[in-house]
Amino acid sequence: MHTKTIAELSHALHKREISSVELTRTFIERIKRHNGALNAYVTVTEEQALAQARAADARLKKGEGGPLTGIPLAQKDIFCTQGVKTTCGSKMLDNFIAPYDATTVERFNHAGAVMLGKTNMDEFAMGSSNETSFYGPVKNPWDLSAVPGGSSGGSAAAVAARLAPAATSTDTGGSIRQPAALCGITGIKPTYGRVSRYGMIAFASSLDQGGPMARTAEDCALLLQAMAGFDARDSTSADRPVPSYSAALNDSIKGLKIGLPKEYFGAGLDKKMAQLIEAAIKEYEKLGATVQEISLPNTHLAVPVYYVIAPAECSSNLSRFDGVRFGYRCKAPKDLEDLYKRSRGEGFGAEVKRRIMVGTYVLSAGYYDAYYLKAQKLRRLISDDFKQAFSEVDVIMGPTAPTAAFNLGEKTDDPVTMYLSDIYTIAVNLAGLPAMSIPAGFIGQRPAGLQIIGNYFDEARLLNVAHQYQKVTDWHSRVPVGFE
Amino acid sequence: MSLQPSDVEKIAHLARLAVSEQDTPAYVRNLSNIIDLVGQMNAVDTTHVTPMAHPLDMAARLRPDAVTEINQRERFQAIAPEVDAGVYLVPKVIE
Repeated sequence: MHTKTIAELSHALHKREISSVELTRTFIERIKRHNGALNAYVTVTEEQALAQARAADARLKKGEGGPLTGIPLAQKDIFCTQGVKTTCGSKMLDNFIAPYDATTVERFNHAGAVMLGKTNMDEFAMGSSNETSFYGPVKNPWDLSAVPGGSSGGSAAAVAARLAPAATSTDTGGSIRQPAALCGITGIKPTYGRVSRYGMIAFASSLDQGGPMARTAEDCALLLQAMAGFDARDSTSADRPVPSYSAALNDSIKGLKIGLPKEYFGAGLDKKMAQLIEAAIKEYEKLGATVQEISLPNTHLAVPVYYVIAPAECSSNLSRFDGVRFGYRCKAPKDLEDLYKRSRGEGFGAEVKRRIMVGTYVLSAGYYDAYYLKAQKLRRLISDDFKQAFSEVDVIMGPTAPTAAFNLGEKTDDPVTMYLSDIYTIAVNLAGLPAMSIPAGFIGQRPAGLQIIGNYFDEARLLNVAHQYQKVTDWHSRVPVGFE
Repeated sequence: MSLQPSDVEKIAHLARLAVSEQDTPAYVRNLSNIIDLVGQMNAVDTTHVTPMAHPLDMAARLRPDAVTEINQRERFQAIAPEVDAGVYLVPKVIE
């Protein structure tokens, strides 16, 4: 049961061949058996899950419910869940029980999905390896000595190890796509504004976007359908209709114009990774797509620009954690300043503090123009590169990450080395575009991901393009040894 | 560009973060490396470029000036570190 896709499980649930309670129990048992080795979940909500499953079964019995009714899912621990701890991977929120549900959580509840638990993540989504979590690193199911990627490492590992058919995730600089690539699963970061950010703990508000992770593009289409859409409670929510994502899956991609940015295939890209991406592109040519080289000339500026804008926004967003209204408070503060400083100093981990300090620095008097304004101008150039590219091609393809998963501890000493592992994903967030990562092979036993970038609000086409590849390949259906 | 320990202390104060003396050298090193990385931006002339603050060209929405939230003080204060009679408690500010 645990190896089936959501599409298959949904079919079986509606035909009453299985019950949601049975399905939920299967996944809870698997979590109990494997989570010790992976550390993918930080909270398992067994009782609530079974109650939701019983409610789903009652709906299904009456012939009601939709494609997600009775389907178990995991929520990244960045989404607020009423009555259930929401930690964001931080000591700061180790005791935080959200007083309300995030819109994404509310929508899945409304669809009748079952929440299995909350998944581990880099602290406040700041990291590319899940090693900054207060709850310890997540292990990659394909190789326990490797990182799962980050920041949605727990969600990616849970889906790859079949500890959930799907999970939610968020992407500020690659945090859906990079862990999806490193764990051999499918993930989509929608257009900025497509999925509500209400109740999704803020890191960098002009970049953050939630999206689903699953094993297939077909499943991602079902999940995104539930997540996407206008929400008045998010001031940057896009007020435009949501198309049917499943309807477009089987469209032919004959004549599809694929652009390959030459900057994504240069120095720094692992040779074996380059070969796998080239093989995937060949597969697309067989399906009738045409391929042309394009240029995104400001690609090399994306990481520097991101590490001004994201920390600047983070330093502002995370100022709310002050030890007064909720979250961690230091012991015996001697005055108000001591309360602020020690609550924050003790509650945040090293990477979060680094980013808050970088953000504070670039926004401080005398430096604003040199750093923040400069970064905003370069952000325009990076975004214009994509506009130019999409006047010539339908989608852009390349590697999601320069290498397969690296070893635990390999990049923790030098933050800048870690930052550079997001070189192919970050520009997409700066521009606000949608992009996916899909499994495209293995380097040794570690998975490789193909990135597909689309134009604004073109998620249906991305899912269609990904689905067509998954119909003729089987990388996405491989199961890591020990988790069959 | 290299930061000095005094820069890190100043930034930490502005950010209201307690950083121990023992941790300061590591922050000086790491933050200097990050500032060097972002310094690569200076290689590009951006004199005539309009800054981009947001990925989508959208205007802020307006809504009627009406109360939409209900009072949920007790619920919100249930997760506060220290409250008394409906107010959040902090160390004494005014003598």
